[in-house]
Amino acid sequence: MTTTTAHHDDHGHHGPAKGIMRWVLTTNHKDIGTMYLWFAFTMLFIGGTMALIIRTELFQPGMQLIEPEFFNQMTTMHGLIMVFGAIMPAFVGLANWMVPLMVGAPDMALPRMNNWSFWILPFAFGMLLMTLFTEAGAPNFGWTFYAPLSTTYAPSSVTFFIFGVHMMGISSIMGAINIIATILNLRAPGMTLMKMPLFVWTWLITAYLLIAVMPVLAGVVTMMLMDIHFGTSFFDAAGGGDPVLFQHVFWFFGHPEVYIMILPAFGIVSQIIPTFARKPLFGYASMVYATSSIAFLSFIVWAHHMFTVGLPLQTELFFMYATMLIAIPTGVKVFNWVSTMFRGSMTFETPMLFSLAFVVLFTIGGFSGLMLAIAPADFQYHDTYFVVAHFHYVLVPGALFGIIAGVYYWLPKWTGNYYNEKLGKFHFWMSFIGVNVTFFPMHFIGLAGMPRRIPDYALQFADFNAIATVGAFIFGLSQLVFLFLLIKTIRGGEKATDQVWEGAEGLEWTVPSPAPYHTFAEPPHVK
Amino acid sequence: MFSRTGQRLSSVVLGLLSAPAAFADWELNMPKGVTEVSQSIYDLHMLIFWICVWIGVVVFGVMFYSIFAHRKSKGAKASQFHESLGLELLWTAVPTAILIAMAIPATSTLIEMYDTTDAQVDIKITGHQWKWQYDYLGEDVGFFSNMTTSQDEIYDRAPKGENYLLEVDKHVVVPTGQKIRFLITANDVIHAWWVPEIAVKKDAIPGYINESWALIPEGQEGLYRGQCAELCGVDHGFMPIVLEAVTAEQYEVWLVDQRAAAEAEAAAALGDYSHEELMTKGEEVYARSCAACHGAEGGGMGSVFPALAGSPIATGDMAAHIDIVLNGTPGTAMQAFAVQLSEVDLAAVITYERNAWGNDTGDTVTPKMILDAKQ
Amino acid sequence: MDSQAPKEGIKAGKTVRKLIIAAVAMFGFGFALVPLYDVFCELTGINGKTAGPVERVEQWVDTSRTIKVQFITTNNAGMPWEFKTLQEEVEVHPGAWTQVEFWAKNPTKEDMVGQAVPSVTPFEATQYVQKTECFCFNQQTLKAGEGRKMPLIFSLDPRMPPHIRTVTMSYTIFDAGAFAE
Repeated sequence: MTTTTAHHDDHGHHGPAKGIMRWVLTTNHKDIGTMYLWFAFTMLFIGGTMALIIRTELFQPGMQLIEPEFFNQMTTMHGLIMVFGAIMPAFVGLANWMVPLMVGAPDMALPRMNNWSFWILPFAFGMLLMTLFTEAGAPNFGWTFYAPLSTTYAPSSVTFFIFGVHMMGISSIMGAINIIATILNLRAPGMTLMKMPLFVWTWLITAYLLIAVMPVLAGVVTMMLMDIHFGTSFFDAAGGGDPVLFQHVFWFFGHPEVYIMILPAFGIVSQIIPTFARKPLFGYASMVYATSSIAFLSFIVWAHHMFTVGLPLQTELFFMYATMLIAIPTGVKVFNWVSTMFRGSMTFETPMLFSLAFVVLFTIGGFSGLMLAIAPADFQYHDTYFVVAHFHYVLVPGALFGIIAGVYYWLPKWTGNYYNEKLGKFHFWMSFIGVNVTFFPMHFIGLAGMPRRIPDYALQFADFNAIATVGAFIFGLSQLVFLFLLIKTIRGGEKATDQVWEGAEGLEWTVPSPAPYHTFAEPPHVK
Repeated sequence: MFSRTGQRLSSVVLGLLSAPAAFADWELNMPKGVTEVSQSIYDLHMLIFWICVWIGVVVFGVMFYSIFAHRKSKGAKASQFHESLGLELLWTAVPTAILIAMAIPATSTLIEMYDTTDAQVDIKITGHQWKWQYDYLGEDVGFFSNMTTSQDEIYDRAPKGENYLLEVDKHVVVPTGQKIRFLITANDVIHAWWVPEIAVKKDAIPGYINESWALIPEGQEGLYRGQCAELCGVDHGFMPIVLEAVTAEQYEVWLVDQRAAAEAEAAAALGDYSHEELMTKGEEVYARSCAACHGAEGGGMGSVFPALAGSPIATGDMAAHIDIVLNGTPGTAMQAFAVQLSEVDLAAVITYERNAWGNDTGDTVTPKMILDAKQ
Repeated sequence: MDSQAPKEGIKAGKTVRKLIIAAVAMFGFGFALVPLYDVFCELTGINGKTAGPVERVEQWVDTSRTIKVQFITTNNAGMPWEFKTLQEEVEVHPGAWTQVEFWAKNPTKEDMVGQAVPSVTPFEATQYVQKTECFCFNQQTLKAGEGRKMPLIFSLDPRMPPHIRTVTMSYTIFDAGAFAE
């Protein structure tokens, strides 16, 4: 992502350094945002390749391509890489690029820590991926790594897994601290909290969630490390411990984690729809309160991942009710987006297409989530492909489409060039078709009784599995179109104006396209 | 892990051209099942589903109408309204009311599912890597249940049977018309016991006991198939359950038969067997209990499960070989088979391992030697 | 970057300090969840784990009802001991003290240490199970080839709710060599 050096700012800096050291040493939020985004995109392809290996094996009943042992490594690594290597860093990359621009700040509050936050990630994931090439193999206990499968019965790579999680957790915590410090302290004069763009609001709340729960994840993997290497028994009943304790502590992190992975997408979509409807976001204050309620509620619902563990009746009822409650603020947000569109004057450029698809398909994922919340019914859904369908709907046409929408939306600002709209639309339609062909049939096979995390299945599940595999290849291949489009746009294209989009509003559209290396050296005044 | 890639790639391609359409179904929905509880769960599932469908129709209806009618290319002019307290309150209150309506039947079904009192049959279920063990409390009947789908079927060397991956050597037999209580635990990692048609799913946690229950009405005799529902290692997908519901009279007869068979098995350990008899039986036991990990030809699986063909243990000291099979190897997935297999089966499979695949030790392990080793 | 007034820098520093403390506190909270969980479970018995030894007191025996108490045993993987209950079930009056026995034998050629872990179902019954003596209170050492009977002396508190008519007490025996005291 080259930013031009033609614009000199007032301080006589000579623009970015040259060569590779520019990227190693940079403290510039735009450079760091770029690195996060390319890193996340690379991880998306690696995790995606693993998904295609899984789907190829599952194309037909029988074992054709890989052994069950390697299959378990693929499902585990696919989950870890997508959650921690693709989705989360992509959102951090977007935050790095856009939050300072949106609040009128010259950079993040702690630029050097920002650099460390990024560079930890290639090391952490390099270590994790290397385990694939060891004799013992990569982690194979699911991305949710329940004990004792992940402690007493784990391969030796579990220790590398734990270190990788610690490193990645430190990166996220430092990033979150940076974002909160920036938003709370570096806003331009006149930008009160209730004047901030919604992307900034959702990231502020997400950052608080990260600080609250990433340390708990660090705690649980430390306990694992102690059980495995230092003779403790947090999760081992032999020494007085409890495997169910693992699940409580993990999901105390795990549930807020899924909201960490969606709230920024809510923010992105809340910026894009008003732009292309040429109409203000409906119910700004209500959107802020709804997002805050979702964040608060996310702390008290964790055991809905544990309905079949043997919880007492009152506990199970409490978590069912609390989980159902989250549907309310989420629904409010969906209604607000639709009301934003209503009686607007809409055009359907690629960012808008991805945002509209997000609203529909994320809502479908939300419906299956509501079904899962109903504890008695969950006894039939838990650990089946119905759950796999649910979380892939909220994460792929949910979070990932949100990220892609944001990239298309802000790409002209970053590069100074419009992307090719025809190619963008092609990418959208292939992705939309691919995602639905892949994941919709999973609802059926889950209801019909196919468990999760199995490398082979009974014959009655064959047809929909075959369809899902075809969809996966369509979706996977269409991301190559996106890669092509990104490189093409970086290298050139129709020049973008500062405003870029007719209906766009916000401080980020007041700087030139491409955005200069240093912006808002003097804070703007917000009315 | 990617060995024989060429062969495998071509079976993938061939598979593209010849999917087993004869057996595949286009199942769209959860089974209604055969118990009152499974029916209640199904009804609840459909209720929530239809509510979601209707909400979706309304919301997406408005959205798609708007996408059609409020587009700039049609000359639509954007309004500027952007808030309404009334609407916000309305679409907070209405969903709340809908949720309360859903919560009521959900609560009563859950309370019913938790009532395990006054059962007439108690079955302890223990999850192992990778098979289930059943003990009928107070009846002196207990056994292991292993998947019987062959490695040949799994690796596309033989056609797949109708109940591919869902068939076992010993069914869990239960009487209809009586309340059955399941006491569920595990002996290594967390597993989960699940039979969809009776809507019972419960985690099997080492060191802990969970309970669940089912009452299969009279008239619903039949076979109900289920699977393990919690990732438990390599063969998580290969430890199915077959529940066989029979009439109360047939159940009593079955219990008597089981006890008699157990006694006969104990007596058989004192008999004499020829080397050939042991080899034949051993091959059968090996296919059922060992091949999944140690390979159909004794070749092992990667670095995780050692090969037995040419192994120093299978060709070396007989007492040490017997000890490993009987007592397992702590810290590995090699279990103690002393409790899982009869003395005759143990003698047969060890004899087989010592002589098959070119191991050729010429040894014969007799059931009496197994009995001695167990002292 | 130096265009920012020092004031913002100081405020940012304050925010950062508070957030670092928050992160460290949440790490501690994660670990605090462990004893919190144990305390919660002890108080409510909802994880099915019975409490330690109680004083044997003569209490009122409720002769109006009996409760079926079942005993089941499980060997954890890699625990080769014979371990079984000598009576599968007993009928008791709430309040009456009852003794039952288990049998354990170490068939191996090595001395071993075992730990039996109790688990009770239904959960609600757990807090009403009182034990004065249980082999599960301590690790049990058995020499190579040694076997012995192990007693359990318990009573069910008469305040146990009437809807509980069956209590199942499960013991899983683990190889405690790694945790030997």
